[in-house]
Amino acid sequence: MSKPVLILGAGSDMAKALAHELGAAGHDLYLAGRNLEELQKDARDLEIRYGIKARGVYFDALDFASHENFYDGLETRPYGVVLAFGILGDESLARSSREQWEKIIHTNYTGCVSILTVAANRLEQAKEGFVAGISSVAGDRGRAANYVYGSAKAGLSTFLSGLRNRLHGSGVRVITVKPGFVRTRMTRDLDLPSRLTATPEQAAKDIFRAITKKRDIVYTRWVWRWIMLVIKGIPEKIFKRMSI
Amino acid sequence: MLVSNWNNYPRVEAALADFRSQDEALSILEEANKCIPRGLGRSYGDCSLGADIISTPGFKRLIHLDPQKGTLECESGTSLDQILSVIIPHGWFLPVTPGTSRITLGGAISSDVHGKNHHLHGAFGRHVLDLRLLTPQGQVLECSRNENPEIFQAVCGGMGLLGLILSARISLMPLESVFIRQKTIPAADLDQLMGLFESYHQSTYTVAWMDCLKSGRNLGRGLFMHGEHCRAGEASRRGLTHPDSKVLSLPFNLPFRALSPLGIKAFNSLYFYRKSRRTGYQFSNIASFFYPLDVIDNWNLLYGKKGFLQYQFVLPSRNSREGLQKILQHINSFGQPPYLAVLKLLGPGEGPLSFAQYGYTLALDFPMRPGVFSLLKALDRVVQKLGGRIYLAKDARMQKHMFWQGYPRAKEFLELKKKLDPENKLSSLQSRRLGLCQNQY
Repeated sequence: MSKPVLILGAGSDMAKALAHELGAAGHDLYLAGRNLEELQKDARDLEIRYGIKARGVYFDALDFASHENFYDGLETRPYGVVLAFGILGDESLARSSREQWEKIIHTNYTGCVSILTVAANRLEQAKEGFVAGISSVAGDRGRAANYVYGSAKAGLSTFLSGLRNRLHGSGVRVITVKPGFVRTRMTRDLDLPSRLTATPEQAAKDIFRAITKKRDIVYTRWVWRWIMLVIKGIPEKIFKRMSI
Repeated sequence: MLVSNWNNYPRVEAALADFRSQDEALSILEEANKCIPRGLGRSYGDCSLGADIISTPGFKRLIHLDPQKGTLECESGTSLDQILSVIIPHGWFLPVTPGTSRITLGGAISSDVHGKNHHLHGAFGRHVLDLRLLTPQGQVLECSRNENPEIFQAVCGGMGLLGLILSARISLMPLESVFIRQKTIPAADLDQLMGLFESYHQSTYTVAWMDCLKSGRNLGRGLFMHGEHCRAGEASRRGLTHPDSKVLSLPFNLPFRALSPLGIKAFNSLYFYRKSRRTGYQFSNIASFFYPLDVIDNWNLLYGKKGFLQYQFVLPSRNSREGLQKILQHINSFGQPPYLAVLKLLGPGEGPLSFAQYGYTLALDFPMRPGVFSLLKALDRVVQKLGGRIYLAKDARMQKHMFWQGYPRAKEFLELKKKLDPENKLSSLQSRRLGLCQNQY
């Protein structure tokens, strides 16, 4: 296989678009997720279009105990790992339901730590490759509207930052992707401002560029870097009164 | 959101539901009360409009390519453009292609689209080997010429009214070169133009541009074009790559008076004389030969916000000459010049709602101006009287009686629809206008 990339959470719109970018560049692909039947169809599609090898593999982010066996069971060691799973969850439900906040935290954070720990160790041994984690601008500052989700993403961003620090010099690069609004199925019920909202294809192009151009942190769309700079700069005294 | 098709008329408030898998499609269909499938919205009118739309372009995976036999199976939302970019490098081409590649496979089948080679190779449906149809009752039917043949024929050209096409397998045509050898022949009048179609009947691709503003002796003046695929190495040594020309896009709607009748007249003359001078064979690549307008991403905006109407009819061959003459006279007397007029000789059609029949088809683009509807009514009368019909994919205003007279096999179609869709779930603004719902004719 030529530089295979493992996409975790390959059923998401952004992951699907990224799979096309990676496939077009000649990478073989593992599409990992829970809906194996659909992932196998996606894999077949990518194989026909780009003449690569692609395979759907079953992966459950919440089944932490399975992660090591899952990773080591892959036929060929991945050259790159893209972490694309995540859920928005129901933030208001999370205020009253333990089940809900656990699901948000475990999917967006704990599950990531679990699988990336295995991946990082294997890549470090191989002395080459990359990890690209899709976090969120929501992790840059906690807001009333989505702070459970945001805090899990903040945890993920911090984890990726630490991992980048650890693996620096080992030949393994770590990329943190912070999408702003992206028009996907995850956000289909939200009313998003069109000027700030990326299509999954635009986001995928940004992520692919970040992977090839050796960037550390990438915002998509780019304008979010500046938006978040402003938002992070607002003093807490003022921020706590705001509703944004 | 407001949705309209390519001609921006009509514009209706609609909810779009998209799907990525058969299961998702099924649940949309189960929950819907009334809905209609829609692809990339390149039809001209309301055939894929309604309050609830099942949007197919997200369902676009390739399922199987047989590069030896030349067959491709893919999901119905796949665009012809995507198909071409995959099959051309393997040395294959679409056996039938319309004037744009930005349509979906499902749309191509549902409108049973035709190309410049219809007289020899028929419409798109002829090259479909089999398809999978999700019926409004939630069944998946395998349809082909052997299995459910009646349904198969009716789905080709069936305007998405019998079920949602999930996927289809099509046969491809071998391709040696991405170039077309074409020739343009000027014709001084309608007789000459029609004569050229007859004498070049064996040419693979034939089509004509017509200057609708000429009257009297020059009525029906035009440019006839015929083309053939080049053999390997004939035009260039370049390999088989999808000639993806750079796409331009217009930044805004042009004010709709940008092209006045006088301007069109001047343009037509200029175009006619320039093209008439170049008489030898010319080579053009597939993209510029088949999809000249695809390079401008949104050329429909040239017609302004109000949009435009495309009027495409076909007349039985025995009445074609008389009909075309009358149509041109009407256009002249109404002073409503079409921006574009394309003439083509078609072969016989197949499905019960398929547009094609043996005879001449003329496609006319009219900007939305006061009086255009009454002109089209006058044209309707000519077409109806001479046994012709209007293309459903390009209709936004035809009346019911005109449809039922033009499509005598519609009753047969409706019988089938009653069986497959007893609750009449699948309907569009067009199908309701035309009475293509049960118990309505």
